[in-house]
Amino acid sequence: MTAKIEAKNLVKIYGENTDKALELFNQGLSRSEIIQETGLTVGVAGVNFEIAEGEIFVIIGLSGSGKSTLLRCINGLLMPTSGSLLVDGKAVEKLNEEQLRKLRGEEISMVFQHFALLPNRTITDNVAFGLELRGVPYEKRRERAQKALVSVGLEEWKDKLPEELSGGMKQRVGLARALVMESGILLMDEPFGALDALIRAEMQEELVSLQREIKKTVVFVTHDLDEALRLGDRIAIMRDGAIEQIGTADEILSDPANDYVDRFIQGVDVSKILDARSISKWPRELVRDTESVSVALHRMKKTDTDYLFVLGPRYKLVGMVMKEDLLPLAQKREKNFNDVIKEANTVSADTIMRDVYSELRNAEKDVAVIDENGRFLGVITHSVLLMTLDERKGGDGIAES
Amino acid sequence: MVLPSLELPKLPLGDAIEWFVRWLIKNLEVIFDIIREVLNAITGAFSDGLLWVHPVFLIVIFGLLIWLITGKLTALLSVLGLALVWNMGLWPQLVNTLVLVVVAVVIALLIGIPTGILMTRSQKLEGAMRPVLDFMQTMPPFVYLIPAVMLFGIGVVPGLFATVIFAIPPPVRLTYLGITQVPQEMKEMAIAFGANDRQVLTKVELPLSLPSIMAGVNQCIMLGISMVVIASMIGAGGLGEVVMRSVSRLDLSLGFESGLAIVILAMVLDRMSRNVGSGKKTPLSRIIEKYNNYRKQKQEKIEEAA
Repeated sequence: MTAKIEAKNLVKIYGENTDKALELFNQGLSRSEIIQETGLTVGVAGVNFEIAEGEIFVIIGLSGSGKSTLLRCINGLLMPTSGSLLVDGKAVEKLNEEQLRKLRGEEISMVFQHFALLPNRTITDNVAFGLELRGVPYEKRRERAQKALVSVGLEEWKDKLPEELSGGMKQRVGLARALVMESGILLMDEPFGALDALIRAEMQEELVSLQREIKKTVVFVTHDLDEALRLGDRIAIMRDGAIEQIGTADEILSDPANDYVDRFIQGVDVSKILDARSISKWPRELVRDTESVSVALHRMKKTDTDYLFVLGPRYKLVGMVMKEDLLPLAQKREKNFNDVIKEANTVSADTIMRDVYSELRNAEKDVAVIDENGRFLGVITHSVLLMTLDERKGGDGIAES
Repeated sequence: MVLPSLELPKLPLGDAIEWFVRWLIKNLEVIFDIIREVLNAITGAFSDGLLWVHPVFLIVIFGLLIWLITGKLTALLSVLGLALVWNMGLWPQLVNTLVLVVVAVVIALLIGIPTGILMTRSQKLEGAMRPVLDFMQTMPPFVYLIPAVMLFGIGVVPGLFATVIFAIPPPVRLTYLGITQVPQEMKEMAIAFGANDRQVLTKVELPLSLPSIMAGVNQCIMLGISMVVIASMIGAGGLGEVVMRSVSRLDLSLGFESGLAIVILAMVLDRMSRNVGSGKKTPLSRIIEKYNNYRKQKQEKIEEAA
């Protein structure tokens, strides 16, 4: 099977006189070295991929990773500095102006992050814009545009102006404008990035169900891993202009190619962002190692627990004492409990939540959180951990904060 | 104390310009003659035509036109103002001035708007034009009268020439400004959907920069009117001539009346050109809307029948 879109050693360097920068790049210099040397930015740094027909191919990366640049090389909005980009086996960089316009007008449509709707045109005329450029007669293009509006559920808005629509509706119009062209390839540049979480999820679902009918080759740029996992048949992770890994969602999650990809995946996981310190709580009662057995027992009774953490000077964690060990001492009228202090389960403050979870699963008691000097910062109880994990499921709020 | 004089010889800047203008006259006289004759014919025919129509008829037509593109109140006030000018006996002068302004503005726009567009296409041209525009705007307008007379003699055409030069900078600058302020994503979108350079200009850049361009047109008209008074010093005629006459005679009554007539003309033209392209609802836009609705309903009926 031949690829619908194929990139071969694609390099894009911004600016004029790129020869020197390209030479440095070919010598293997890094992106930052090339900026220092020549002042030019390497947008895409030697990328190879093949995209099959009918596939949703997601390009994901942080801002500045070159994902939008790569997308714009596909329809020739940007021309590669070296290497080649093939659409249906034809090299985009070798087309003349006329062929390029034809490619854009008939083979490839694009959806933009900030919608790019013309404010002076009605919704119908916005959707019909591409057909108008192609020279389709007025009545015919309006008819087709209104059909496309039906497919995105906006037929009632056809005579309104863009300013009267919400963000989600505007992007549906952007989508309809691309669909009406009936081109085989759909380029989407962070199309849902400007929408709020709920609308975004809705639009993702719609795109998936729409794709089942239209079977287009979609190249989808995003910085949101959840979105990539949800939509992508295959995902390419970009960093500094290069692709770190291409694979299905499963392949990337279960078998990250390198440390960067691993960290990238975890970056979206709440367990990376929430560390042990942020979910720890100060316990209701503690006991100092200088206090007496009866004081410790009194506090246990008051808070209805079987154990207390023991602190030394300057909040240093000494360990924990158990009720069962204290009771015999109390009967013997002993005051000092230092002999029965046991080691407590601890995690350091910057432990990521995933590791906290495994630590806590093995421990019956709560886990104490300490800093690098052994100072006590609080405890993590089973219930706190469960609540946090539950909130995480409920929405993306924590992951992003 | 006596200031020491600069011992260097004076640079012959002014002489150079004079030499250049004289060279133009000597070598390109035919061209200037043709321009003069053509413009004379156009303005002559234009004002003769307007003066042939009875003032009442003309005022009513103006009123209707203003009502269409602005609204009731502006139209009413304009009609009253124009009637006042007629009453003061300054109608022929008003028509002459109007013709002069309109022709000058049309020429200024025909040169200015394309220049503004070209400046957005070429950084070099933009850099070169900026000092030229500054020069044109800040040079005292009286100075333009001298080469104008040298090139075209006395009369309407040198007045037009000076007015055009004085009124060109705003449409150039505001066209340039408007187009450069069109969001990059819009242009990119047009290109991504297969637009060629001309389509990017006509379907995206010009429509989106229309408010700015129309502000330039408005400014152009205002500068044109103020220059027309000055141009009457070299025989351009119209209301400016009456103003000049009243100044030389210290005739306050005539001066006030002719000045007021200019103010009325300026206000009428300003209100007319201000609303265009601003997207405000006017009787004209309502009529167009109604027509569109009518057409849509008709089409829906046809579809239902089918």
